[in-house]
Amino acid sequence: MFGLVDCNNFYASCERVFRPELEGRPVVVLSNNDGCVVARSQEAKALGLKMGVPYFQVKAEYEQRGGVACSSNYELYGDMSRRVMWYLQQRAPAVEIYSIDEAFMDLHGMQRHFDLAGWAGDVRGAVRQRTGIPVCVGVAPTKTLAKLANRLAKLANQMVNSTNQLANSGSGVVLLDDEEQQREALAQVAVEDVWGVGYRSAAKLHTAGIRTAAQLAGVGDAWARKNLGGVVGARMLHELRGFPCSSVAVEDEARKSLCCSRSFGQVLTRMEDVAGAVASHAARAGEKLRAQGMAARLMTVFIETSRYGNMPPPYSFSAQLTLPTATDDTLVLTGWARRGLERLWRPGMRFVKAGIMLDGLERAGASQQAALFADTARSPERAKLMGALDALNKRYGGGAVRVGAAVTMAGQPEPWGMKRGAKSPAFTTKWGELWQVRC
Amino acid sequence: MDHVILLGKAYPLLSAPPLPMMNMLLSCGFPSPAADYESELVDLNRLMLRHPDASFLARAHGQSMTGAGIHDGDVLAVDRSMLAQDGDIVVACVEGEYTVKRLSQRVDSVALVAENPAYKPIVVRNADELRIFGVVVLVLHPLVTEGRRGLSYVRPQ
Repeated sequence: MFGLVDCNNFYASCERVFRPELEGRPVVVLSNNDGCVVARSQEAKALGLKMGVPYFQVKAEYEQRGGVACSSNYELYGDMSRRVMWYLQQRAPAVEIYSIDEAFMDLHGMQRHFDLAGWAGDVRGAVRQRTGIPVCVGVAPTKTLAKLANRLAKLANQMVNSTNQLANSGSGVVLLDDEEQQREALAQVAVEDVWGVGYRSAAKLHTAGIRTAAQLAGVGDAWARKNLGGVVGARMLHELRGFPCSSVAVEDEARKSLCCSRSFGQVLTRMEDVAGAVASHAARAGEKLRAQGMAARLMTVFIETSRYGNMPPPYSFSAQLTLPTATDDTLVLTGWARRGLERLWRPGMRFVKAGIMLDGLERAGASQQAALFADTARSPERAKLMGALDALNKRYGGGAVRVGAAVTMAGQPEPWGMKRGAKSPAFTTKWGELWQVRC
Repeated sequence: MDHVILLGKAYPLLSAPPLPMMNMLLSCGFPSPAADYESELVDLNRLMLRHPDASFLARAHGQSMTGAGIHDGDVLAVDRSMLAQDGDIVVACVEGEYTVKRLSQRVDSVALVAENPAYKPIVVRNADELRIFGVVVLVLHPLVTEGRRGLSYVRPQ
């Protein structure tokens, strides 16, 4: 059996843990630069706010009705996610962290020793007690069905909420352990809500008259192979019928690529300003690499213009660079990033975002012989310098020591800094912003 | 070199690893009798953040708990994994705001009691309405200013 734990309205719930005055009020969390609604509390959903809507369009009416908007606070959400996942790892034999607010649990063999519905309810209560985050749990013989069970648990929970009973009195757990229950559950879920059915597949299925998950489970394998992406589609059908085709993938290998990018707080037109942003992303990417003990061979530098202006596409420009040797050195990375930016710079355009992507990751020091040909070999002195840089930034806060290209004049705001006007403090991750309580 | 100017003491910037408890018992000649007992590291997180998922740090503000040794600016470790019991110091939610008080179970009510005679207890008639964030398990109280220890960044601006 598999379990899927999904946090309810995760970002909004994180805000509420430390801001009890938000309890019972509509809460939305906005994307970078306070652009769009990316998370909604139950109350905000009940007001009819849609996911992804540009906030300025709904702001006046929403705030007049008592709604609160928070800028996204990823330091906080990341830490709360780490707490939830840590606890799940104490309870289940194997956990796959699927996203910031979702995790699969491998529960094989556990049904012999536990009443799984009771166990799942206990896990749910404990996560709420220990972290303050409400979650729902779906339990079923396959990951696809666990996902579906979770969806039903969420819907049941929301119905309870909207009929004005005590919040969270829905059990928050759905267990699908026999065929009868699975059949019933499949009939309740629309085909486009099945895990793995994308926008295009959904359109195809609708044309073929297939509207529910139950109907989807009934189509022939040949049809699925032909119309739903070959083997992938056939696997999805098997999983819907209760035959597991994928297991819980515990991530212990470091990631194969990493990306650092941000939208600017304002439109930038000068290359020097954009170069500052690119340098700061390259430096952060270097820091992440070193934290994972990895080095990168490929770098992509990209900059983007606004999709909402009068300019025709393209909106995104990128340059890919193959580095002479895999590196984790911030100075080398920022140097190459600068060259990449110079290569792709378009004068006269108005940029809103920049980023660095690193690929071809390998264990740092794995390709020593190549270093013979590089002027900035991974010398012990450079490794020490990077170690000192990381230690200083850890001790005095991110960005205490930076490469010159990413530094602004003293007291000047970074022109590429984000707008996050209504961000709550990083309650749990920064001494200077620590959660405060009255006494 | 003709002369030397003393600029001051240099401290190692790269933070030292956590203090090993037993390693100071090194001896020459004979193998150290402590060698077998190496070496539990003294990690303050294990004390302050006993439950990594459920432990939270908070900065105390105000004078109402001075009798319990909690002073303005102290750092509190709050644990959500334990159930609050009568007599515990807790972080509770009162009128939409978190406050630190001692929990006092009474016959027909619950009171949040200050540890400073200048503050009155807060009585909650319906115990179900009381939302408790967690139990305060430790206080970190500085005895010299944080600035003198080079920790000026620790205090909020």
